[in-house]
Amino acid sequence: MAGPGGDMQWCFSQVKGAIDDDVAEADIISTVEFNHTGELLATGDKGGRVVIFQQEIENKNQPQFRSEYNVYSTFQSHEPEFDYLKSLEIEEKINKIRWLPQKNAAQFLLSTNDKTIKLWKISERDKRPEGYNLKEEDGRYKDSNTITSLRVPVLIPMDLMVEASPRRVFANAHTYHINSISVNSDNETYLSADDLRINLWHLEITDRSFNIVDIKPANMEELTEVITAAEFHPHQCNTFVYSSSKGTIRLCDMRISALCDKHSKLFEEPEDPSNRSFFSEIISSISDVKFSHNGRYMMTRDYLSVKIWDLNMESRPVETYQVHEYLRSKLCSLYENDCIFDKFECCWNGNDSVVMTGSYNNFFRMFDRSQRRDVTLEASRENSKPMQVLKPRKVCAGGKRKKDEISVDSLDFNKKILHTAWHPQDNIIAVATTNNLYIFQDKVN
Amino acid sequence: MSATTAMEVNAEARRILAVSISKLYASRTQRGGLRLHRSLLLSMVMRSARDIYHSSRECEGPSDAQPTQEEPMDTSSSLEEQTGLPEPVQPEPQPALNSTELPPEEPDSAEEDSDSEITEDKENLSPRRQSRKRRGKVSAAPDFLPSKRARLEPGEERYAAPLGSCRAGAGESLTALSLNRVIPAF
Repeated sequence: MAGPGGDMQWCFSQVKGAIDDDVAEADIISTVEFNHTGELLATGDKGGRVVIFQQEIENKNQPQFRSEYNVYSTFQSHEPEFDYLKSLEIEEKINKIRWLPQKNAAQFLLSTNDKTIKLWKISERDKRPEGYNLKEEDGRYKDSNTITSLRVPVLIPMDLMVEASPRRVFANAHTYHINSISVNSDNETYLSADDLRINLWHLEITDRSFNIVDIKPANMEELTEVITAAEFHPHQCNTFVYSSSKGTIRLCDMRISALCDKHSKLFEEPEDPSNRSFFSEIISSISDVKFSHNGRYMMTRDYLSVKIWDLNMESRPVETYQVHEYLRSKLCSLYENDCIFDKFECCWNGNDSVVMTGSYNNFFRMFDRSQRRDVTLEASRENSKPMQVLKPRKVCAGGKRKKDEISVDSLDFNKKILHTAWHPQDNIIAVATTNNLYIFQDKVN
Repeated sequence: MSATTAMEVNAEARRILAVSISKLYASRTQRGGLRLHRSLLLSMVMRSARDIYHSSRECEGPSDAQPTQEEPMDTSSSLEEQTGLPEPVQPEPQPALNSTELPPEEPDSAEEDSDSEITEDKENLSPRRQSRKRRGKVSAAPDFLPSKRARLEPGEERYAAPLGSCRAGAGESLTALSLNRVIPAF
């Protein structure tokens, strides 16, 4: 059966992570991001670690091409810290990873926890020098009296070593918890956003940042909304957007003024009064905002839906997709078990024709914009035979449950897919369950 | 609109309030400190629940057999909020918020309402209540938090008449709690 993208069928490719059900909290995946070529796939976890997978592309010309991602580098990005002034522990959880476009042999990425952003350089070393003039092989310096001739060290091959080193640490600029980072298209600056402020940084300068958005009220008792996500436009280096907990998105132009408190555009859809409930505010809070690759649209994710906005139309989204509308009648229970606070992310495919987001029970959803089709797939160990085609899943909202359908009450709300990523060019997706990373690709016929 | 459904809405609102307060309480001890976004959303839910609670109590006011000192004041303050609020027709709290004129949707008016409520509270407070209000933070642990109540024998009714003043006190302390105070805790 054809799914989104025409005759595309999704197959299991790989799964990374521990198999056992007992999940260590430090292993919970908190962010997933492909780099700009898709060759590298980075994940961050609650323990502050970053794991980078690299695609093996030797067999690309083979008919049964399967791109395999293998571990390329693992490093501890952030450690737990303690703010002595406020008596608060600062979590080491990696909130976001963003890759820089590659400029030389090394790869660079930004990783952030709640308070500190770090620029990491990931470089390969496959040669080492041998035959020093003044040093022994073990590094000790020779007695100068024994040196009688001059020789130049020779570079000899060695096993590939991938080194990650922190090149910049951008600290002490955020009072509140950082929720987003976004690299500008100028490749020189990036923004970081917390609940109330957005700062603009230069990648080379760590001791200074410019505050470009500040929504902190003079009296905190008057606080009504917070910033939930922010992103730079993919092509216009002066434009960025930020979303709020009230379901609005503001587009700002940095050329207009130094402090972008006044938005250039405000994207807001009037609320449907018939859907009003205790929890309307919570479910309208936007958890993620992503520009399309072509820069003409942006996508927002709130608790129950995904919305596509045309940047030229502020009054309402051009498309709305219901992710799990059957949860609307369960909001009270979801409030009690805290699931209503889950922050789902969303992503575009390479040509902006399909969008994807996660749900519960390890389900994830894809919406084909051009063909007006959607599909629900599941990431599970049961469906992890090599190249096994994923069968579409269906949730029965009410009434008679058909065969192969799952009733809403049977959904496992502890199994949530919050983070998904789509390869920038190919139909390869990375889907993070609690502590496993699933890689799926479309079937090559 | 019967008193029973008003009571159910009341119970639901109170339950949501209790759940929210415990969440707020628990969030103070979690790693990474208080999350501003989460606390804001919690306070919004609590505000909605509080307003529903007051409006339902206004509905069951005539049939309420527990007049207390705070009762008239609660009624008058919730009357202010009730401008344009239709009476709930179903037990679930969700449809009760169908009114688009409901104050929690308008943060400014909600602020004014709570501010005016607080002002009224201050005027009518007994000295004992005033001392409790001075703490102003959630950690003041309002009395109706279930975990703080005395254990009941099996068969004992929690919401018996002697606890009525506590219940009204709960409404009282909810308004006095100043949900806005949650945020400046940062």
